[in-house]
Amino acid sequence: MQLTLTVNGTARTFDGDPAMPLLWYLRDGLALTGAKFGCGTGVCGACTVHIDGSPARACTTPMKSAAGKTVVTIEGLDAAHPVKQAWQEINVPQCGYCQTGQIMSAAALLASTPKPDDEDIDAALRGNICRCGTYQRIRDAVKKAAGVTA
Amino acid sequence: MNTVIIPVSRRGFLKGLVSAGAFVLGARVLPLEALAAAQASTAPWEPSVYLALEPDGRVLIIAHRSEMGTGIRTVLPTIVADELDADWDRVEIVQALGDKKYGSQNTDGSCSIRDFYVAMREAGATARLMLERAAAAQWNVPASECRVQLHTVGHQASGRSAEFGALVTAASALPMPAKEELRFKQPSEYRYIGKNVPIIDLEDLCNGRGTFGMDAVVPGMVYATIERPPVLGATLKSHQDAAALKVAGVEQTVVLETTGYPVGMKMLGGVAVIARDTWSAIRGRQALKVEWDLGPHASYDTAAFKKTLIATARQPGRVARSGGDVDAALASATRRHEATYYTPPLSHAPMEPPVAVASVKDGKAEVWAPTQNPQAVQSVVAAALGITETDVICHVTLLGGGFGRKSFPDYCAEAAVLSQKIGKPVKVVWTREDDIRHDFYHGECAMHMQGGLDAQGKPVAWLQRSVFPPIGSIFNVEEQYGGGQLNMGWTDVPFAISNFRAENGPSEAHVRIGWLRAVANVHHAFGVQSFIDELAHLAGRDPIEYWLETLGASRKLDAELKAQGYELRGLSGQPQFVPDTARLRRVVELVRDRSGWATRKTAPGHGWGFAAHRSFFSYIATVVEVRVDDDGTVHIPRVDMAVDCGLIINPDRVIAQFEGAATFGAGVAMVSALSAQGGRIREGNFHNYQVPRIHQAPLRTHVHIVETTEPPAGVGEPGVPPVAPAICNAIFAATGKRVRELPVGKVT
Ligand code: FES
Ligand code: FES
Repeated sequence: MQLTLTVNGTARTFDGDPAMPLLWYLRDGLALTGAKFGCGTGVCGACTVHIDGSPARACTTPMKSAAGKTVVTIEGLDAAHPVKQAWQEINVPQCGYCQTGQIMSAAALLASTPKPDDEDIDAALRGNICRCGTYQRIRDAVKKAAGVTA
Repeated sequence: MNTVIIPVSRRGFLKGLVSAGAFVLGARVLPLEALAAAQASTAPWEPSVYLALEPDGRVLIIAHRSEMGTGIRTVLPTIVADELDADWDRVEIVQALGDKKYGSQNTDGSCSIRDFYVAMREAGATARLMLERAAAAQWNVPASECRVQLHTVGHQASGRSAEFGALVTAASALPMPAKEELRFKQPSEYRYIGKNVPIIDLEDLCNGRGTFGMDAVVPGMVYATIERPPVLGATLKSHQDAAALKVAGVEQTVVLETTGYPVGMKMLGGVAVIARDTWSAIRGRQALKVEWDLGPHASYDTAAFKKTLIATARQPGRVARSGGDVDAALASATRRHEATYYTPPLSHAPMEPPVAVASVKDGKAEVWAPTQNPQAVQSVVAAALGITETDVICHVTLLGGGFGRKSFPDYCAEAAVLSQKIGKPVKVVWTREDDIRHDFYHGECAMHMQGGLDAQGKPVAWLQRSVFPPIGSIFNVEEQYGGGQLNMGWTDVPFAISNFRAENGPSEAHVRIGWLRAVANVHHAFGVQSFIDELAHLAGRDPIEYWLETLGASRKLDAELKAQGYELRGLSGQPQFVPDTARLRRVVELVRDRSGWATRKTAPGHGWGFAAHRSFFSYIATVVEVRVDDDGTVHIPRVDMAVDCGLIINPDRVIAQFEGAATFGAGVAMVSALSAQGGRIREGNFHNYQVPRIHQAPLRTHVHIVETTEPPAGVGEPGVPPVAPAICNAIFAATGKRVRELPVGKVT
């Protein structure tokens, strides 16, 4: 079965295992390694991408449900995006492994909730684990990107 | 440490990194042990740091430490660049290969800055002086009148100046200056040290361009996942791979021999599924049928083991330090108090699970891996393949977290052996379940404490016993005692209690035990810092006041520790690193004053707790505020940490490490625990092995840094130990419930 989808603006065709998670298609198939593998079960957020504008865990999204959808990964999110900029201004990353997923979740939050408060941030980002413990700066960076005072 | 700066002309192993016309200096760092030993004269101690000045004006700094989030790959080079007064925009940082020539590259023990600070400065100052001399010779002026200013040598009187690049060839022909001739910058002249130079990978990391081990790709490589022995020491009884081989994309299966004892850092063995992509390898493995002979460690059950450890802790153990007569003092004390604490096994769970790519051809191996210890990769891979270490090249990728797990290169050996067997480059991917079930764990620990107070409530007797499966057990199956781990927060307790005894009881190990961020300091600080808080409350005293009184007069502890049977050796015995209670007192007072301890509010459900601990030569004091909901949920609105970690190169990265430590410690206190049944670890992923999430982490951590010129000390680890006891002491203040077992979960 052949299926099509759009990844970062490019039309793609996929004819492999329709049960294959989008994450492995992105990483092994398209060499888009910005979405990370952290758990494979949807509980860490490292693989977060946008599907039709909503945040989604690529590791638990089978290719068949990505068919016909528009996927944006960290590589496809504008480098000038306020979230990416705020992340750099506040020096959020330590090891950085979780940060692409954090940024994608944060960007999706701001798209739906332009002025989030602490509870909105907790709700949107509690699915994204950072083992290095950068949460305080993540919170500050989200607020900075949103233009709300920390 | 002793350093030597040398010109580098034989530079075979720098090939491809620097150009033929470059001026290259190397800084050799000789560890004290090497100086003391006879090997000092014979060991080929090659430079551990390379500084190359290119004719085109670029300055290359070869960074030999692994980057796992501390910023070290950026911070060490800033020291060289500062002393050289190079323009940071024209500095390029090159990641070193794993090679003995760099001296130790093991990035653990929070030692990178401490060990290499001096060498980095000397390298920079040497190059600067040689550039000045080269310019002076060209201009026929005294070298003392030439000065480097931001990548340029200038001579004020004549108004001449030349860029570094133009002087490189001449400088490289000059004799090396003697150490005594070097001039070091004054702190007021620092351009980068003490400033917050952003990490070089920042933009890449925020755009998905950082290359971690998980992202490494080698042409022609195949992917592997491995079904490993579910119990330590289990052996393969049978396996059926017919169904696995039918999975699309699966190419073959390979049996890897299981490890004998001692397990060391070797690979565990098992059955590997080789496939054309990661997903096929995962699917193929799900279709494998494998039976094991489980062996003796199938008896491991954490609930029963905990009882054994606690029973052992209640018995006399091996004395590790003893002063005065504890038994008599306990017997005659006005009040006596005892408590038993328990901390569970923990897993590192770095966000990037172990992963490695290896290509083995013609008796040589090349490995790409996120490793804290590339030289251990060389030796473990060489041993597994039966080749020599020098035939193993290790490329160090970025690490998606390490926390000690990635000091153990078992996963690299797996990739190498598979590549050798099938004749192709192989990438071994660990799933999260593999990571949590086959870690080198932080072992559980039971601690039993007894204290005696005099009529004024002052502690006059202190007995403490610690029992935990030691790291030494992976190297020697007979090892049941803590060894060096006892010197992590146990034998080095700084209190001035005239009758003091520290003991250690024996424990078997049923899983692989390893180093986890701050190692035994984590559980020892929990026991000691909880018990002193218990005594303070028993005496009806303010916990910080009581703590400072018990700390006693300002002094260095080497003499009294030695008199009580614990002699500080090596680096620990160097005057600048001997435990100093004055530095400890300073951070305690600082955190007390900055946190607002004296005026803390006492709203219902709110409580403040305190703990302080020295480890990795750094002194940390912590105040934590908690809020406990009616249903027992604990929130941590605020953490204050006062930090004396010696001279600081990059304050922002130091602060970040302590913010991270507050969260890591909150995980230890509140949510993280493993359990085993039938020898198997039951947890497998983040739904049941919990680590802190954003809503569970401290909302705000304030880091207060002591300005000092003491030598740089540890930063990555020492923030962790005081956090859990401070949280638990705060929970006591809030609720009256004393936590003696971690993790807390909810307060019930
Ligand atoms: S890898 Fe997808 S949520 Fe963890
Ligand atoms: S920065 Fe390392 S896991 Fe988040």
